[in-house]
Amino acid sequence: MSQLLRDIEELIFMSRIKQIFANGKAFIPFVTAGDPNLEITEQLVLAMAEAGADLIELGVPFSDPVSEGLAIQKADERALLAGTTADKIFDMVKRIRKTTDVPLAFMTYINPIFVYGADKFLSNCKECNMDAVIVPDLPFEEKDEILPYCEKYGIDLISLIAPTSKERISMIASQAQGFVYCVSSMGVTGVRNEITTDITQMVSLVKAAQDIPCAIGFGISTPEQAKEMAQKADGVIVGSAIVEIVAQYGENCVKPVRDYVFAMKQAISQ
Amino acid sequence: MKKGRFGIHGGQFLPETLMNAVIELEEAYEFYSKDEAFVKELDELFKNYTGRPSLLYYAEKMTKDLGGAKIYLKREDLNHTGAHKINNALGQALLAKKMGKTRVIAETGAGQHGVATATAAALMGMECEVFMGKEDIERQALNVYRMELLGSKVHTVTSGTQTLKDAVNETLREWTSRVSDTHYILGSVNGPHPFPTIVRDFQSVIGKEVRSQLQEAEGKLPDVLLACVGGGSNAIGLFYDFIGDESVQLIGCEAAGLGADNPKNAATITNGSVGIFHGMKSYFCQDEYGQIAPVYSISAGLDYPGIGPEHANLYDSGRAKYVPVTDAEAVEAFEYLSKMEGIIPAIESAHAVSYACKLAPKMDKDQIIVINLSGRGDKDVAAIARYRGVDIYE
Repeated sequence: MSQLLRDIEELIFMSRIKQIFANGKAFIPFVTAGDPNLEITEQLVLAMAEAGADLIELGVPFSDPVSEGLAIQKADERALLAGTTADKIFDMVKRIRKTTDVPLAFMTYINPIFVYGADKFLSNCKECNMDAVIVPDLPFEEKDEILPYCEKYGIDLISLIAPTSKERISMIASQAQGFVYCVSSMGVTGVRNEITTDITQMVSLVKAAQDIPCAIGFGISTPEQAKEMAQKADGVIVGSAIVEIVAQYGENCVKPVRDYVFAMKQAISQ
Repeated sequence: MKKGRFGIHGGQFLPETLMNAVIELEEAYEFYSKDEAFVKELDELFKNYTGRPSLLYYAEKMTKDLGGAKIYLKREDLNHTGAHKINNALGQALLAKKMGKTRVIAETGAGQHGVATATAAALMGMECEVFMGKEDIERQALNVYRMELLGSKVHTVTSGTQTLKDAVNETLREWTSRVSDTHYILGSVNGPHPFPTIVRDFQSVIGKEVRSQLQEAEGKLPDVLLACVGGGSNAIGLFYDFIGDESVQLIGCEAAGLGADNPKNAATITNGSVGIFHGMKSYFCQDEYGQIAPVYSISAGLDYPGIGPEHANLYDSGRAKYVPVTDAEAVEAFEYLSKMEGIIPAIESAHAVSYACKLAPKMDKDQIIVINLSGRGDKDVAAIARYRGVDIYE
């Protein structure tokens, strides 16, 4: 009986992430939790949800984020300097959950999860109704490090594919959950003037392996870029550009971020 | 069984962008490490370019002074470029060239691996860029100029603690942005599989030579092998051939900075816990939330918050032990060996010399300690002078 309940629960959880792609193209903003502090992050999440964000990525700051460019590195530094910890972030998400059920994903590195305890981390994720985790330094070959706990607590482990993935795409996509995070460019996160990767081909290789939504991230900042990317995939992820607004406005960032998210969602919905 | 594991340690914790690169590297290494022509070519380079085998020197004055075990120094400091780092740099550069790569990148702490990589790149006609923390660039200025002289570009890393850990971060970031023509010559037995295995294999020449040299000199095995450990490449190079010889004690000397109980240290086994960072599961200096600690050591080459996964496993199994050595003890040993034997050791290697000074008097006179003198100390002279309050600049 309890297994049946878990199965039903799992189905409900699964559908939450897929639902975000049900109403047109999804806009997925990222902010680092605790930058400039957790009170502002809480306001940012609510504001972004109101402005049309379909899923919000919350970065759990890490001292050495090797996949990040300078903007998010600095955001992580600011958040850690402000005393942000995983426990405080879980508490914040619980507060957020009293107001909104907007789908939420944690983006962090494997070490903060591993050292906290994967079981405890993912159990806490479930307790505060998180929907997914994204771990850029946990490739397909190593996903068993946390996958059993993701499954135990019904949290989607989002898979990433990169321009260099080639023949790995079908292997990764066939076992992917929720959506596939398509890394648009070589290198680290950060605003780019141009995205030259053949996104259409990446997406079609994913879809050939599994009918699963694809969201494009890395390098997207302008409404024009977002619109172009949205035509090639199911959703668009924007991190550094938002984090730069947070850096620029500090505690007064909520309104400019809301306006930005609104404009981006409008751009991809046209 | 997962690939590249040493007990629970090791693995391949990397961004997806780099996965095909490490798989390609693994396949190439699998092929070339068994390719006679490759092995011969590298062996020739070791002999004719590096000057191998390096001497195994009986430190008679030091032995008498300490009044216990016989002390031998494995003179990796006499290698071309002045440290053991050249063994790995030549091996990986040659491998990269065979793989059709035209550009190499590397991190460096003290600058020894950077210089070795720049040297190998110059020799093989490859483009080379080295990433070095701002703090290390200041304390190892001579090596920076040396790399530039060898035709390499040196990037100043200003992120994080501006030391070796951050140099590795930046080199990994650079590799994700340009991977098709570029090989990352990782300098120690750390990082994702297959690096810990490749680097260990290229460094294992140290222990193999020690075995035959000591056999010739003494007709027996050593009792204790001592080496300093940051990531642990010179230590594994010395230890590896002896892992199966249970009578041989393996001891790694970690940098304890201002003291193992002072926050300013880099003694990973002494103070660290299991984590996953820089592509590997191993021991790291970190907090309860997995934030990597800002470590410290006077030695830029040991100023690293992690240790290679094979060492982590040798520690878990009890086969090797790891002891902390402070800045003050290392500086004292630096001066001691200089005056006693006329050999100025790298401040990194001085950590191992220091522990030998503690250990030798407690051992019998017919026992043997081999210390890996992994590098020469010319690069450290100005910094040690400043440590002693003498205001000289390079």
